[in-house]
Amino acid sequence: MNIVVCVKHVPDATADRRFESDNTVDRVGVDGLLSELDEYAVEQALQIKEKSDNPEETKVTALCVGPEKAVDAVRKALQMGADEGILVSDEAIAGSDYVATSLVLAKAISKAGEERAVDLVICGMASTDAAGSVVPAMLAEQLNLPQVTFASVVETQGDQVRVKRDGDTATEVIGGTMPLVLSVTDQTGEARYPSFKGIMAAKKKPLETWSLSDLGVDAGDVGLSVAWTQVEDTTERPPRSAGEIVKDEDGSGATALTEFLASKKFI
Amino acid sequence: MSEVLVLIDHVDGAVRKPTYELLAIAKRLGEPSAVFIGGADQASGAAEAVKKYGAEKVYTVDDTEIKGYLVAPKAEVLQQLAEKTSPAAILISSSFEGKEIAGRLAIKLKSGIITDAVDVQSSEGGPVTTQSVFAGNFTVQAKVTKGTPIITVKPNAAAPEEGDGAGAVEEFAATISDAAKSAKIVASQPRQASGRPELTEAAIVVAGGRGTGGNFEPIEGFADALGAAVGASRAAVDSGWTPHTFQIGQTGKTVSPQLYVANGISGAIQHRAGMQTSKTIVAVNKDDEAPIFELVDFGVVGDLHTVLPAATEQINKRKG
Ligand SMILES: Cc1cc2nc3c(=O)[nH]c(=O)nc-3n(C[C@H](O)[C@H](O)[C@H](O)COP(=O)(O)OP(=O)(O)OC[C@H]3O[C@@H](n4cnc5c(N)ncnc54)[C@H](O)[C@@H]3O)c2cc1C
Ligand SMILES: Nc1ncnc2c1ncn2[C@@H]1O[C@H](COP(=O)(O)O)[C@@H](O)[C@H]1O
Repeated sequence: MNIVVCVKHVPDATADRRFESDNTVDRVGVDGLLSELDEYAVEQALQIKEKSDNPEETKVTALCVGPEKAVDAVRKALQMGADEGILVSDEAIAGSDYVATSLVLAKAISKAGEERAVDLVICGMASTDAAGSVVPAMLAEQLNLPQVTFASVVETQGDQVRVKRDGDTATEVIGGTMPLVLSVTDQTGEARYPSFKGIMAAKKKPLETWSLSDLGVDAGDVGLSVAWTQVEDTTERPPRSAGEIVKDEDGSGATALTEFLASKKFI
Repeated sequence: MSEVLVLIDHVDGAVRKPTYELLAIAKRLGEPSAVFIGGADQASGAAEAVKKYGAEKVYTVDDTEIKGYLVAPKAEVLQQLAEKTSPAAILISSSFEGKEIAGRLAIKLKSGIITDAVDVQSSEGGPVTTQSVFAGNFTVQAKVTKGTPIITVKPNAAAPEEGDGAGAVEEFAATISDAAKSAKIVASQPRQASGRPELTEAAIVVAGGRGTGGNFEPIEGFADALGAAVGASRAAVDSGWTPHTFQIGQTGKTVSPQLYVANGISGAIQHRAGMQTSKTIVAVNKDDEAPIFELVDFGVVGDLHTVLPAATEQINKRKG
């Protein structure tokens, strides 16, 4: 089986995330890391490999589109256990919207499958910066593949994929036949930490960097200037003004709470 | 005036509230045309419902052939309708399904897409959206610059506006490719109604975290006294104390109620992502240094197991 996991390098959510003057996300000045939600995708890829009939024959490739330093996200995936890594990096890609990002990812997946067709593309449920949850569906559309998304439990058997997903109105079981695009949620189970052995082994694993010309993508089709959506303005939310905090002593907390709710007409 | 397509969000023909919010937004942008994809026997009921909220036209698409498949067929339906009607915009609710339909549609129509709008206004250059990003720390204004603006809108982005539209029903027969019918819903179990308001629609949300120790009774009692929905942190969900559908935060629901009460929740960034835009925030936590207190309008440092039941009793007394 040939599996590609899409891993995004994102600004650390616990750092002060911000925008550049051109309203694109500051991806350089803020510390970045492998999106936590994509760790679950790497974990599921590794589990599918480990549970498959012949794990040695199954290849897991971590794929990332991002600036040079995004290679850290690919490295982390290799340390966790992915076999190969690909970073697609090109100045022209900076500021791309979902459509362009999904185009570049799709072209890279096609190239990764030139010698051996890709059976499974695995994504996280959302990136922790853009949080659109749309790239997997767009990839499926670009690659003309079925999508089986937002899985909380994943099972594969041969070329069959079955997942459970919790929807707003129902819990569903969804099935599809490979090749397909799968996305997994943080309910699929904790992702493993890289072991010392894994970290050492990762240094010897193949890691390639591709540019747009390697993919045959025209630089004029991606990037900020041609984005089909444009961010016109970004504003930092004003800090909330400090509220009133009371200490509960002998039941005074409940009374104060009730008084507050009544004063705001919630009762 | 151009049409604005609104995809009706419904469960077996019962139209969900976010659809009415989308219709209110559609009125700002053009002439609202609702699109119903569902059972032929449910179409007239749904059409009646959206007419009351201003739908001028209702396209009904019989889903017999595509029921049970994932989003791809719905994207094809909308593509064909968009090609026929050249709409000024396409509005879809920001559910997982809605966003995926929008994603596929954007590629098909070669159009820009904006997800999770919390407001949409019209301007000379087309719709301008507002989004709340980076865990609610920033607000962003954006516009689609190519193709038909495809916008997914969060619940509560607008108030539903009652007022009759023409509601002219037109059956639309779409052609669905075989490729679109490849991922299948094998089994489906409808969610049981809790009897409480829907989390994303509720005016008041009362949430519990690890600090409940697994006992949600004080949370539920307090919620019921206020007529509120019940929510939870991921820690409470991961411990198996509440279903995942109750989770609020980055990987759960985003809520933006008039009042949010966090109990035994520390206020991690991923939790904030789902509640930071609430109008009034209240917390009960026994640790006076819990980060949640940075957000509150009112906070009680105390044990939720004593504070909440006592407050519940007082509220119920006041209500008489
Ligand atoms: C990728 C990712 C996604 C995530 N997504 C989400 C998400 O969507 N939603 C979410 O909530 N979290 C999410 N998390 C987890 C998040 O980081 C926190 O771990 C989680 O929110 C903590 O839940 P908590 O506040 O209930 O528990 P804790 O952080 O353990 O806090 C418990 C609080 O209860 C207080 N307490 C204890 N006993 C009492 C008592 N008797 N009375 C009053 N107070 C008491 C304590 O003082 C403490 O402040 C995510 C994490 C990751 C990595
Ligand atoms: N630049 C990228 N590089 C690699 N994978 C990505 C990238 N952007 C999005 N993805 C994948 O698509 C998923 C959903 O992203 P999004 O639609 O941005 O929320 C992520 O969890 C990743 O698996």
